[in-house]
Amino acid sequence: MIAAIHFRASGRLRRIAALIRKETYQVFRDPSSIAVGIVMPMMLLVLFSYGLSFDVKSVPVAIVLEDSSADARGAASGFELSEYFAAVPVKTMAEAQRLLLGKTVDAIVRIPPDFARRVELGDAEIQILVHGTDANTARISLAYAQGAIGVWMAREAAQGRIIAGAPIGIESRMWFNDANESSYFLVPGLIVLVMTLIGALLTALVVAREWERGTFEALFVTPVRPGEILLGKTVPYFVLGLVGLALSVAGAKLLFQVPLRGSLTILTIVSMLYLVVALGIGLLISSLTKSQFIASQLTMVVTFLPAMMLSGFMFDIRSMPLVIQGITHIFPARYFVSLLQTLFLAGDVWAVILPNAAVLAGMGALLMSLAVRATRKKIG
Amino acid sequence: MIAPTPTSPVSVRDIYKAFRRKTGETVKALDGVSFEAKAATLTALVGPDGAGKTTLLRLISGLMASDAGELEVVGVKVAADPQAVQDRIGYMPQKFGLYEDLSVQENLDLYTDLHGISAEDRKAIYPRLMEMTQLGRFRERLAGKLSGGMKQKLGLACTLVRSPELLLLDEPTVGVDPLSRRELWEIVLKLVREEGLTVVVSTAYLDEAERCDHAVVMHAGKVLAQGSPEDVTAEAKGRTFILAVPDGMPARSLQARLFQQHGVIDAVPEAGQVRVVLASAGDTASLAPNGAKDAPRPVPPRFEDGFMVLFHAVAGQAHRNAMTLDRPQSVDPNAIAVEVHDLVRTFGDFTAVDHVSFKVRKGEIYGLLGPNGAGKSTTFRMLCGLLPASNGTLRVAGADLRTSRAEARQKLGYVAQQFSLYGQLSVDENLDFFASAYGLRGRRKADRVAWAKRQFELDQFSRLPSGQLPGGFKQRLAMAAALLHEPEILFLDEATSGADPMARREFWGRITSLSEQGVTVIVTTHFMEEAEYCDRIVILDAGRNLAEGTPAEIRSHAAATGGEEPTMEDAFIAIVEKSRNGPAAQTAGNAA
Amino acid sequence: MLDSLLRIFALIRKELLAILKDPKSRASLIVPPIMQCLVFGYAATYDLDNVPYAVLDHDRSAASRALVAELDGSGVFTRVATLRRTGEIADYIDAKRALLVLTIDRGFERGLYAGTVPKVQVIADGRNSNTAGTALGYINAIAVAFGNEWRERQGLAGPAVQVTVRAWYNPNLETRWNMIPSMIGMITMMMTMMLTAMSVAREREEGTFDQLLVTPFRPTEIMIGKALPAMMVGVMQSTLILLVAQLWFQIPFAGTYPMLYMGLVLFVTASVGIGLFISSIAANMQQAMIGSFVLVMPFMLLSGLTAPVGNMPAALQYFTLINPLRYAISITHQVYLEGAGIAQLLPELLALVAIAAVTLPFAAWMFRHRLA
Repeated sequence: MIAAIHFRASGRLRRIAALIRKETYQVFRDPSSIAVGIVMPMMLLVLFSYGLSFDVKSVPVAIVLEDSSADARGAASGFELSEYFAAVPVKTMAEAQRLLLGKTVDAIVRIPPDFARRVELGDAEIQILVHGTDANTARISLAYAQGAIGVWMAREAAQGRIIAGAPIGIESRMWFNDANESSYFLVPGLIVLVMTLIGALLTALVVAREWERGTFEALFVTPVRPGEILLGKTVPYFVLGLVGLALSVAGAKLLFQVPLRGSLTILTIVSMLYLVVALGIGLLISSLTKSQFIASQLTMVVTFLPAMMLSGFMFDIRSMPLVIQGITHIFPARYFVSLLQTLFLAGDVWAVILPNAAVLAGMGALLMSLAVRATRKKIG
Repeated sequence: MIAPTPTSPVSVRDIYKAFRRKTGETVKALDGVSFEAKAATLTALVGPDGAGKTTLLRLISGLMASDAGELEVVGVKVAADPQAVQDRIGYMPQKFGLYEDLSVQENLDLYTDLHGISAEDRKAIYPRLMEMTQLGRFRERLAGKLSGGMKQKLGLACTLVRSPELLLLDEPTVGVDPLSRRELWEIVLKLVREEGLTVVVSTAYLDEAERCDHAVVMHAGKVLAQGSPEDVTAEAKGRTFILAVPDGMPARSLQARLFQQHGVIDAVPEAGQVRVVLASAGDTASLAPNGAKDAPRPVPPRFEDGFMVLFHAVAGQAHRNAMTLDRPQSVDPNAIAVEVHDLVRTFGDFTAVDHVSFKVRKGEIYGLLGPNGAGKSTTFRMLCGLLPASNGTLRVAGADLRTSRAEARQKLGYVAQQFSLYGQLSVDENLDFFASAYGLRGRRKADRVAWAKRQFELDQFSRLPSGQLPGGFKQRLAMAAALLHEPEILFLDEATSGADPMARREFWGRITSLSEQGVTVIVTTHFMEEAEYCDRIVILDAGRNLAEGTPAEIRSHAAATGGEEPTMEDAFIAIVEKSRNGPAAQTAGNAA
Repeated sequence: MLDSLLRIFALIRKELLAILKDPKSRASLIVPPIMQCLVFGYAATYDLDNVPYAVLDHDRSAASRALVAELDGSGVFTRVATLRRTGEIADYIDAKRALLVLTIDRGFERGLYAGTVPKVQVIADGRNSNTAGTALGYINAIAVAFGNEWRERQGLAGPAVQVTVRAWYNPNLETRWNMIPSMIGMITMMMTMMLTAMSVAREREEGTFDQLLVTPFRPTEIMIGKALPAMMVGVMQSTLILLVAQLWFQIPFAGTYPMLYMGLVLFVTASVGIGLFISSIAANMQQAMIGSFVLVMPFMLLSGLTAPVGNMPAALQYFTLINPLRYAISITHQVYLEGAGIAQLLPELLALVAIAAVTLPFAAWMFRHRLA
């Protein structure tokens, strides 16, 4: 009896191993799997490391100095010294407006003719004109503009000349990302995208292809169990996903020195959890649709786009309306992004890790069991 | 714990299974089917397309559940525990799903592992399988690069890695050349006779059914008859005759005329003569006025004859399929339609087509025959302009399709091996598209589409998505689409592969009448008896031209056996084997 | 010539039938763009709404309480806690319970009276530095306004230098005005590229491509016949998104429709060219799909929408020159928000023409080449 059980178990392991081997050969023989697993992470890493930056820095502004007094030049110098602006001195307002329209500059700073006189009177004005089509850059520039003028006032104050104004000084510190580097949050986002594509899209395509090409029919009439087929499909893409992860992490550390403040072990564990969830979605979708075309469309809408837009990678969930915030809870990417950002930049914060990892684990278990249920050895 | 193999490994009692089509109608795939397969016997399921053979095999293998009835396989009720059945049987589906990006060896390894064969057993099995299937030389080749017949053999090998208690084969020889077919059957028969394996096989090749122990003749989900093959053959007793053909008349013309004849159930050309099956025994009077040279000579019936008699009883008279072109084409018997000279095609260091030359006259039916991987499809694709030639010249309707302008393609029609019209589009939409593609418009287009639908009896299916057509009608639609523009030359690539006997006769009826009206027809086929319909044939193997000539000339390559005229199949095998064993023998069975 | 046109027309009809006949596939062309536009229209925003923050008030004065009340009433910030010790800050930030912690130093009120620029410290969660930066900007603006107002209320002198701001084309600086018109380009590009890439791959996989090749169709005709339906679908989807932008999000349309559609048609032509190029290489649907993805990613990232083109290193800036999405977004912004006319858009339009003039013939060449 024990021997029989042992024999059965070893039979199962051999079947699973055989399916994994088969799938692995296929992965290596189709260039597209390699493209997603290795080429894409590398390409995105290079893009990010090569300086694709979401930061608002060196915003080109036209400085229209209509007053030639020392005060006016002083105020303008605040912009010239700021790393957030690239000042372009311009003679006339008309010319500045032309530059703004042509998007050569993103904002105009106008210091009017009677600036110095009115500073003495206490009601001077600096006009800032921004191009509103890129609202975000415009708004951030505005805040920096206040700061630039503050710099000038502080310098004057240091020389003993109090210019009333800027009555409150904001001293800000950005924790976890002092240098305000956008690559710090791009890397976690990159990992999410790569994992989603490998886990969900690739798996959905390869399973749907087996249905379309009829390769399952012969496979079904063997001692192989549905669960084993699923496992055979899962493991290679799981490994490919981990390779993508390793590449992304190593690249992030080596190419642009993104810190990994949490532990690598926990990072690996939560990434595995997310991979399981993504694989579960891919398996489920392909078992239900059995068509590559529909499966790919559905996977894109259900996993990839939410991972990009609703996960907190590009756009902070906290800035979304409540209804949309509610919707983000359905998508696993949200939890994973939260985990990644914390692990990379903050460290092992258990208050973040535990609940998010628990949700991912729950989703993974649910999706996998649904996938097993949806995969039945039946034709038609 | 494992149930012992009962005396009847398959016991099917009163099984029903219905499907719902997307259009809403219900199709009864199996309508009260019962049969038993005894241990260590070979049972054949025979019947036309849509008879329910595949559904039945899928039910037996536990891949589908029946609506009603009892089904016991290897002593297990399939519906209750399909896995227990699947652990013990072998099943080879119609389209065996080999992994095309895995090598032969890797495919085999996968299945040995799935069946839990130990390393020692493997050492014993592999040489046997390799010897059986002759795949030894191709172990490292990707399955996708194998020819059709090799793929089938590899599929069978994958199914046989473990000796199952029951083997289910769904049309295992579709698309397989006669040589490979013979080899495949030898393998199966040996397993039944020597190792006591129980086999259930479905087939559309009726000569194969002759070798089985038990035949189940199916039609439209019902069993028409079952018993030994002799029982089925006996149905045609005293009704089969051979008619000699007058000089100068192609056998197919007499055959076509006889087939139309009332009182004649079946007529096929055979060895330059015509074989007929009569509706009632001894009623030779109806054969008299057809210009046959001598009096009909009675011959013993075959399984196929018995099958046709059974089938005639339920389905009535087979379709009369002469067709009429709107504009018959003038035939200048000396005009050349297709000319191939010294054609070569290489893939890397492999030569698929090796200096092949032939000419096809206008209005001829010309056949390209050869084993799987002989280079037929490659030659065909070059003729149609789908593949450039590495060397040599070819002219089709006076132009090289590869380099000529699109107008040259206007002169040819092409029916691919697999159904390759747009499955989501309806019959009407497909016809409309191809008519426009060939530059038809307005009134003329409407006339031609109406003509095609009338000739091919497609009116009833006008709005059905073509992917859901019954198999035979897909074939008709493909031909209809290829004939809309009244081409001078029609290319048919294994057009009858997988078609049932009725569909094949119907098909050849059409081809014969097309040729009579001046259309040049070039076909590839695996059915040797179909070569009898051709004016001339060329036999290719390993990319080389082995023999060319009329069917009679080709037949003369084989010695007569026992006073009987050798069949085309005998001749074919003789020619190919002679060339393979000869001094210039080359690696055969290479990629198509 | 006429024959050629009729053939192309037949192919277009067939393609459209294949896409639009099946209700499922028809829905998949209409519903996802609208859904995406709605959801992402709300999601893709840098406008902060409910930023959780905590406050550590060492001053506990009327002025400090007034500042906190000002933040609470701003509609942007939601106070989740009032802290007592500096040590608590880490708890709130680390666990993501607060995005910002505001620390008001002792002497805040006194400083305000004295006009000595009292300090307020803000600690922000930099895990998404983009959001954090934006939130800081908000705080800054609110604090400055509060200070001015407070001094005014106390009868003290106002600030000597006032900064006045005007934003062109988007007076309230809503990111949505920026994002939603960009979606026209983004979503349309993704759908059209994939549609063209898949349509040929699908015919290859199903074997219908050979059937097509033996008909009198020339490769160029097949290409046009494949390209035009995808373009029609693309323009149709653009229109849907345009409608959502105007009817649902009520973003005022400043430009003219002929101008916008002229840009869109050129853009869709350029992206279809890329899709056809992919389809000429891809052997099967999986490769077509993955190929489109791998290409769309850099196009989106380098479109200038999320990462300003001006900040990129020179090499990447050159790359954006061949990115049709960059021009599409620029055109939709200018037409939609600024009401730009042809003179202003000429450089972008010409760039798109140039891209299409390269991708389409290149795809045609690959097409013929692959068939050989």
